[in-house]
Amino acid sequence: MFSRWDIKYSPYLYVAPFFVLFGVFGLYPLLMTAYMSLTDWNLIGDRSFVGLENYSALLVDEYFWNAVRNTFAIFLIATVPQMFLALFLATLLNRPLRARTFWRMLIFVPNVTSLAAVAVVFGVFFRRDFGIVNYFIGLVGIDPISWRTEQWPSWIALATMIDWRWTGYNTLIFLAAMQAIPKDLYESAALDGAGRWRQFLSITLPGLRPTLFFVVIISTIGGWQLFTEPLIFNGGGGAILGGARREFQTVAMYMYEKAFDNLQFGYGSAVAFALFALIVIFSVLNYLLVRRSVRN
Amino acid sequence: MISPILRKGASMSVTTRRRKFAVVALAAVTALGGLAACSKKDEEAKPGEIKLVVDHFGEFGYDELVKQYESTHPGIKVEIRKTAQLNDYRPLLVRYLATQKGAGDVVALEEGIITEFKANPANWIDLKPYVGDKRNDYLPWKYDIGVLADGRLMALPTDVGGLATCYRSDLFKAAGMPFEREKVSASWKTWADFIKVGQEYKTKSGGKALLDTVTTAFSAAMSQAGGDGFYDKDFNVVADKSATVKSAWDTAISLANAGITAKIRTWSPEWTAGFQQGTFAATLCPSWMLGIVEQNSGAANKGKWDVADVPGGGGNWGGSFLAVPTQSKHPKEAAELAAFLTNADSQVAAFKAKGPLPSNLKALDNSDFKAYKNAYFSDAPVGAIFGSGAKTLKPLVLGPKHQAVKERAFEPQLQAFEGGQVSAAKAWEDAIKDAKTQGAF
Repeated sequence: MFSRWDIKYSPYLYVAPFFVLFGVFGLYPLLMTAYMSLTDWNLIGDRSFVGLENYSALLVDEYFWNAVRNTFAIFLIATVPQMFLALFLATLLNRPLRARTFWRMLIFVPNVTSLAAVAVVFGVFFRRDFGIVNYFIGLVGIDPISWRTEQWPSWIALATMIDWRWTGYNTLIFLAAMQAIPKDLYESAALDGAGRWRQFLSITLPGLRPTLFFVVIISTIGGWQLFTEPLIFNGGGGAILGGARREFQTVAMYMYEKAFDNLQFGYGSAVAFALFALIVIFSVLNYLLVRRSVRN
Repeated sequence: MISPILRKGASMSVTTRRRKFAVVALAAVTALGGLAACSKKDEEAKPGEIKLVVDHFGEFGYDELVKQYESTHPGIKVEIRKTAQLNDYRPLLVRYLATQKGAGDVVALEEGIITEFKANPANWIDLKPYVGDKRNDYLPWKYDIGVLADGRLMALPTDVGGLATCYRSDLFKAAGMPFEREKVSASWKTWADFIKVGQEYKTKSGGKALLDTVTTAFSAAMSQAGGDGFYDKDFNVVADKSATVKSAWDTAISLANAGITAKIRTWSPEWTAGFQQGTFAATLCPSWMLGIVEQNSGAANKGKWDVADVPGGGGNWGGSFLAVPTQSKHPKEAAELAAFLTNADSQVAAFKAKGPLPSNLKALDNSDFKAYKNAYFSDAPVGAIFGSGAKTLKPLVLGPKHQAVKERAFEPQLQAFEGGQVSAAKAWEDAIKDAKTQGAF
């Protein structure tokens, strides 16, 4: 009797830890946030149900849309060059190379460094006074740039930071996928007289298609959730604003500002759900984009 | 580990299977239990010993005082948890209060945020039953901020923020300007004088800036004017109508127009670096700022800083309180510690250590305090400089979101104007607009 139960139910028990943990740390916060987004909830005070009021306020909130614009711009400036660079590096590393493992490990190192450390160090590089980047552009005669107060410079500085950290990661993913492409395809293509570029376009890229989907979607999610880099990059009083006139405040920063700074937890939760919707929309769009541009 | 069991399940003997089942179940339970155990507090306290945690931001000068307290109160251990900036401290405190977990037994509240926390009295214990009525011990206006509408004593005053100017006498000297504190004080009686000195410094130092940023002058000028600031007494946001705000704004704009500031945002990495590199030669110094100037400038710059009078007269900028959250397990001991840290002797000791100006009347009359010279600041007689005007300070009306309106609405717009990103009219317009959002309560 017991042994039959055992066979029937113990598999569920074995997978239970995941579902219990997911329920506690994933599902419950999700549902709670959904509920909170329908309330006016002072974090340390009163709360009341307001229905969809937060969402209608969000639609006409210029600072929210400003954050959406910033996040999207930083995502674009960071991700597009990063994809090409990662593809290029993966192609290089896929060729016979001396000390191959060393190079492959080296390229992954930025990804395992602490995020805060990266942001602090780049913050120093991009200082207006005594910053190394301004020193180098000064050598070619460009005036010092105030990286934290102007929109484009701040976006570029942040994109640099993101690319430094994530290019290696994507390179390795691409590399793994490239190695799964059968070598004889390349051999026969070479026999037919296809050059390296032709081989890359006709064999490598189509072979990478599923991986491209994965990488692009992961980058989309990461890009929209951008928070720590701009926060530490800005630093100091009012860091959460992302620049004096919110030049590089991201959606995640705006969410934090509303929830933990202004203590409007209901509104902050609504921003969180809007962010979720944005991620879903852009993941689908990017998926379609990759499907169109890289053919099987 | 799990999949082989599933595959071989049918062929396995019942006992082995059960044993493995038990192991897995146990592992799952321990994993969950482990998570629950993480949040346990007070685990360092030995039996019979009480551990009190003090949360504060910036520099309060309590390190030596708590050691002294521990030695005179056997069985009590005190841990200080410092957060460098008020900006990072407030969200932490909010989280502790919202989750009813994790707050220190004694927590510091800055004047710009205390009004907001007063709105939820249930979070704080009444200190009066433990320490009695202390109104006669402190500057009355300061003490009253810590008292709730129903008369309960929510917080004891630590310091007030009397004003002075910290300046780099070595840089003044190098520029060939008067650098002795009496002469410097005499050279900038008003903000207009200050601009003249700034322009002279700029010319003589080869284009360097006198002041760090206009926002420090804005804060100082607002506290000099006193009265209604961003809010009136009924907590309506009146930033657009307040004469205090407007006059401080105009002072800040005139400083920015004169081009005598380094355009550095306070509390940013550039600001900290600026102290070490001499990017600017002066900053406005409420007395609690002394410890921060010293911290940022480092030992290498000892004796280069000095303290002179502030242009435009005295005022109160900043200053804090100590309160005991209801969630403290040792309210009595915590209240006694708060009373100790705010008594006259402790406030004098804290002033000597890190600069916060006493709000305790006996401390302000203390001869040791009045005679105290700060070695880091070229032996400036800081006790006399800050102490002389302390009793006549006229406070600013502090609304619930004072800090947020200042740092999220006005200062960013002033920085943007200072950096040349926006016109003064547009900056004012946006500051007023943001003040309504940030100041909403």
